[in-house]
Amino acid sequence: MPSPSDRRYTESHEWIKTDGDQLIVGVTQFAVNALSDVTYAALPAVGKTFGAGDVFGEVESVKATSELYLPVAGTITAVNTAVANDPALLNTDPYEAGWLVKIKPAAADLSGLMDAAEYDAKHPV
Amino acid sequence: MIETSQTLLKTCFADYHRQHGAKMVDFAGWEMPLHYTAGIVAEHNHTRRAMSIFDVSHMGRLKITGKGAQDLLEHLCTRKIAHFNPGRSGYSLLCNEQGGVLDDIIVSRFERHWLIVCNASNREKVIQWLQQHAAPFDARIEDETFSTAMVSVQGPKAIEYLDGVLPEPPSAIKRYHFQVQNYLIASFTVFRSGYTGEDGVEIICGKNVAQMAVNFLAKSGDEKPDGLKPAGLGARDTLRLEAGMPLYGHELTESIDPISAGLDWAVARDKFFVGSEAIERIRLRVPERLRLGLEISGQRIARQGTKIKNINGVEIGEITSGTLSPTLQKVIAMGYVQPEYVTVGTQVLVDIRGTDTPARVVALPFYRR
Repeated sequence: MPSPSDRRYTESHEWIKTDGDQLIVGVTQFAVNALSDVTYAALPAVGKTFGAGDVFGEVESVKATSELYLPVAGTITAVNTAVANDPALLNTDPYEAGWLVKIKPAAADLSGLMDAAEYDAKHPV
Repeated sequence: MIETSQTLLKTCFADYHRQHGAKMVDFAGWEMPLHYTAGIVAEHNHTRRAMSIFDVSHMGRLKITGKGAQDLLEHLCTRKIAHFNPGRSGYSLLCNEQGGVLDDIIVSRFERHWLIVCNASNREKVIQWLQQHAAPFDARIEDETFSTAMVSVQGPKAIEYLDGVLPEPPSAIKRYHFQVQNYLIASFTVFRSGYTGEDGVEIICGKNVAQMAVNFLAKSGDEKPDGLKPAGLGARDTLRLEAGMPLYGHELTESIDPISAGLDWAVARDKFFVGSEAIERIRLRVPERLRLGLEISGQRIARQGTKIKNINGVEIGEITSGTLSPTLQKVIAMGYVQPEYVTVGTQVLVDIRGTDTPARVVALPFYRR
C-alpha cells in the first residue's frame, strides 16, 4: 500500500503532517515493519522544545530500539497517550491512531522533506 | 562448499517461508525467517498455547563415524557419553584448554555413528576443532548440514498432534531420546527435544524429502486456531530466553567457562576432556562472575552489553540477553554479575541507555511449563 500522500517523510522514517498551524509527527509503515511488534514508546513531555534533527523519543520492539528524530524545530503541544499506553497501536495504525506528537514548529517549511512517492520509491514496503 | 561471497545460504524451506509472508534476515550467513505475518509476539504465544513449527536447518549437523568416534567425542565433550545407548541424545559443551566454551551442542548416539548438532555460527569452528583432534582416534567427520534439513515442532499440543501424523508416535520417545522412522522412501530422525521450554520434537530428514515432510506435518492446516503454525527466529529467541536457556554469542562465549554459566550439570567430574583441568581449577576458586536472571521494572528492554550496577551505582556486571517476556508481560534479562549479587531477591540497577532502572534478581528459568 502506498504511503499517504497528505504528508511528508524523512530519511529516518518519520512522517509529518500539517494540521492548521501545527504539525503531527509519527513513524512510517516501513519503520514499523522493520521493528516488528512495538512494545514500548517513550514520548516527550508537552511544552518541551527541540531543535531540527533532535531525538525526541524512542520506540522499541522485541528485537530493536529505534530513536525518533524531529525533522523541524518546534515545541511539543500534544502527545498521543494512547500509544504510550498501548504501543501495539503503532503496528495496527501508524498513520492515524498511532500518531506520536504534535508540535508548534518554529518555521513551517517542509520543502526539504520527501513526498510519499519519493519515500515509497526509496523504501518500498 | 562454503560460500564466501555475500550470498546467503538458503534452507530447503525458502518457498514455504515466502508463502507464509516471512520477513527474512541474515542469521550466521543463512537467510532465515525472523517472523511471519503473525509477528514475533503472536508466534511466541501460539507456541506456548498450542504448537509451532520452526525451520532450524541452519544448525550444523555433523556425522562422526569410525571405530574411534566415541573416544573422540569423549575426549572433547564436557558431558560423559560412553554410557549412551543407541537412541540417546544429550546436551554437552565443547571447551578449549582454558575451559572457555567453544560451542554448546546436542550429541546423539546412532547404531553405527554419532551425530553432533551445533550452532550455525560455530559450525566451521566445530568441524575444525573435531578434525584437529581426530587423528589419533580413527574418526571421520562428515558435514551433513547441506544434505539434510531440520525442523522443530514445539508446544503443549505438539506431541498429541504428531502422534497422529508421524509414522511412529513420538509420545513413545523419552525426553532426550530419538528414533529413526521410515515412511515410504523417506527417513526421519525424530528427537524429543527443543529450545523453547515446551515439549516437542526436532526432526532431521534428507533434503530431497524436506518439502514433502513439511507439507505432511502441517496438514492440520494453519487456519485452525490450535493448528500448527510457523514461528521464526524472533519467537525462538524470546521462548528460549523465558526458558532460561543460554544462547551462544550471548550467555556463552570462548571467554566464559561452564561453571560461571551455571552449566555444572553438563560437566563430568570423573573423566578427562579437553578443558577439564582448567575447569577443575575454576571450581576451586570463587568465580569472578555468575549467570543470573533479572526482572526489570518498566517497559524498556535492556539488551546485550547493558551495564548492571549495585544499588550504590557501582558496576557489577553486564546483560547478555533481554526482552519483554510475552508470557510474563515483564521485562526480563540474563547476564553476568559478581557472585555476591546473584542471590534471588537482590536489588540492582540496570543502566538502560543512560537511565538507571531498578531490577531484581530472580530464579532461572523465568518460565516453566
